[in-house]
Amino acid sequence: MPILARMQDNIARFFDGDIWYSFKQSKITVVAAIVTVVMILAAFFAPLLSLQNPFDPASLDLMDAFNPPVWGEDGSWRFPIGTDDQGRDLYSAILYGSRLSLLIGFASVIFAMALGVTLGLIAGYMGGAVDTVIMRIADVQISFPGILIALLIDGVARALLPGGRHDELVVYVLILAIGLSQWVNFARTVRGSTMVERNKEYVQAARVIGVSRPRIMVRHILRNVMGPVLVIATITLAVAILSEATLSFLGVGVPPTQPSLGTLIRIGQDFLFSGEWWIVIFPGAMLAILVLAVNLLGDWLRDVFDPKLR
Amino acid sequence: MIALIIRRSYQSIVVMLVVALLAFTMFRYVGDPVAMLVGQETSLEEREELRVKLGLHDPVPLQFARFVVNTAQGEFGISYQIGRPVAELLKERMPATLELAFLAAIFALVVALPMGVYSALYPQKWLSNIFLTVSLIGISLPTFLIGIMLILLFGVVLGWLPTFGRGEVVSFGNWTTGLLTTSGWQSIVMPAFTLGMYQLTLIMRLVRSEMLEVLLTDYIKFARARGLADNAVHFGHALKNTLIPVITITGLQLGQLIAFAIITETVFQWPGMGLMFIQAIGTVDIPIMSAYLILIAMFFVVINLVVDILYHVVDPRLRVETSKGH
Repeated sequence: MPILARMQDNIARFFDGDIWYSFKQSKITVVAAIVTVVMILAAFFAPLLSLQNPFDPASLDLMDAFNPPVWGEDGSWRFPIGTDDQGRDLYSAILYGSRLSLLIGFASVIFAMALGVTLGLIAGYMGGAVDTVIMRIADVQISFPGILIALLIDGVARALLPGGRHDELVVYVLILAIGLSQWVNFARTVRGSTMVERNKEYVQAARVIGVSRPRIMVRHILRNVMGPVLVIATITLAVAILSEATLSFLGVGVPPTQPSLGTLIRIGQDFLFSGEWWIVIFPGAMLAILVLAVNLLGDWLRDVFDPKLR
Repeated sequence: MIALIIRRSYQSIVVMLVVALLAFTMFRYVGDPVAMLVGQETSLEEREELRVKLGLHDPVPLQFARFVVNTAQGEFGISYQIGRPVAELLKERMPATLELAFLAAIFALVVALPMGVYSALYPQKWLSNIFLTVSLIGISLPTFLIGIMLILLFGVVLGWLPTFGRGEVVSFGNWTTGLLTTSGWQSIVMPAFTLGMYQLTLIMRLVRSEMLEVLLTDYIKFARARGLADNAVHFGHALKNTLIPVITITGLQLGQLIAFAIITETVFQWPGMGLMFIQAIGTVDIPIMSAYLILIAMFFVVINLVVDILYHVVDPRLRVETSKGH
C-alpha cells in the first residue's frame, strides 16, 4: 500500500506542478501531444484498425491497383483513401508503415541515447585521455551531417550482407545506422553536466566513503544529468523518423514489400505524372504531421527545461 | 595567427587521414576487389596475376600508403559498375552539384536575412508569427516531400517547370553550366528552392535569435540614447554584429548543402555527385562510395578550416584570447 500511496502522491504533485501548468498554458503543445499519442496508439493497434494486412502478399489483388480515394471516380469504401500500384489499401499501409517508422525511430533513439549517455558519462567523469579521445571522435563526427553517416553505414552493411539477408535485417541495420549517426548530441550534453556534477559535494562524499566509480556514475550522477537528455531524445526522435523516411525514400531503407512511410512516398513518386497523386500525398501528410507534432513537443520541453532559451 | 593556421591544418590532416583509413578499409575489405573487377570466366592464374599487379599481397600499411598517395593525386580507382575511372566520373558530375548548392545557399541567405531581421525587430507583429510558423514547418517537412509537392504543383498540375534533369548545358573546358540557358534556369529553380528551404529556416531562426540578443546589449541602448535614428541603430549597429555568426554558420552549412544535395538530386534526377553516390550504394560500387566519402570529407574540412580562420580575422576578441594562450 505505501507504494501506491507514494505513486498517488507523486501524480498529485505532478498535476500541481510547473510542468503541467506550462503544458496546459500552451494550447499548441496540447494539440501536438494529443496528435502524437493518437498516432502512436494507431500505429500500435494497426492490426485491429486496418482493413487488410498490407505486408501479406496473399491479401493483395493486383486488380485493385490504383484505386482512387472514395470521393474520386470509381472510388469505393473498400479503399477509403485509394490503393497503390500493388493494390494495397493505402489506409492500412499507412497504419502499418507508421508503425515501422515509429518502431525504427524509437529504437534508434534509445540506441543513440544509451551509447551517447554512456560515453558522455565516462568522458565527463574520467577526464584526461579517455575524454580527449571520445570528444575528438564526437567533434569529427558532428561536422558531418547525420544522414550521410547513416547512408554510409547502410551502404557498408549492404556490401557485407548478401542481397536477401540485407532485406531481412534492414530494420536492425537502419536502427544501427541512425543510432550511430545521432549519439554525439547526447554525449556532449551529458559530458558537460557530468563535469559540473562530479565536483559537487554529494559526489565527493560518495567518493570518500568508498563508493566505486561505476556506481557513482550510474547511481549518483546519472539521475542528475538526465533532464536535458529527455529534451534531446524528443528532438532526436523527430530527426530519426525523418532519417528513416529519407533513407527509405532514397531506396536504401525498408524494401517495398513491407513499406514504411518513406517507402510509400518513394513508390508514389513514380506515379505522380500519371495522376495517382494520393499514393504520395497521404503518407507524406502523415509523416509531416507526425514529425511536426514531435518537434513541437520537443520545443516545448526545451523551453520548460531551459528557460534561458525562451 | 600563423600558429593557429598551422595547428588547425594539422588537425585537418589528421581528420582526412582517419577518413582515408575508413575509405581504404571499405575499399580493401568489403567484398573482394579482384572478383569485382574481373568476369566469371577469368582463370585463377589471371586473378592471381591481377592480385599481384594491384599490390594486394603487399603489407597492409604499404597498401594504405599507396592508397593515400593515389588519392592525393586524385586517383580513386575504377568504378565496378560503369568501368570508368571514378575521378573522371566525379569531375563530370561536380559542376551540377556545386551549381545547385551555391544557388541554394544564396537563395536561402537572401530570403532568410530580411525575414530574420524583421521578426527580431517586430516580434509582436502577425507577420513575424507567420515567419516563425513557416520556419517550424520548414524544419518538419522532409526535403524530399517539399520537392515532390513542387513537382506535383509546378510540373504536373501547372506544367510550368521541367521536373527532371539540368536542361540545356553549356560547357567550358571541364566545367558545364546550366546558368546560361533558359531551360537550364527553369530546371534549377525547383531543386535550388527545395535544397535551400531547410537552410532558409535555419538561418532565419539564427538571425532572429542573434539579433534579439544584440538588441538587448548596452551599446544599442547607448546608441539609442545618443539619439540615433532607428534605422541607423538597427542596421548600422545591430545587424552588423549579428552578421558574424550568421556568416560563419552559413559557411559551415555549405558542406551540409552538398551532402543534402543527395536527396534533392534523387527527387529531381539532377545529374550530380549525390545521385551517383546513391546509385553506387544500391549497386555496392565501393570505389565510387569511398571516393565520394573522401571528397565530401575534404569539402567539410576545408570549409571548416577557412571559416575558423576567417572567424579569427573578423572577431578581434578571439585573437586576444589565443595570443594570451601562448
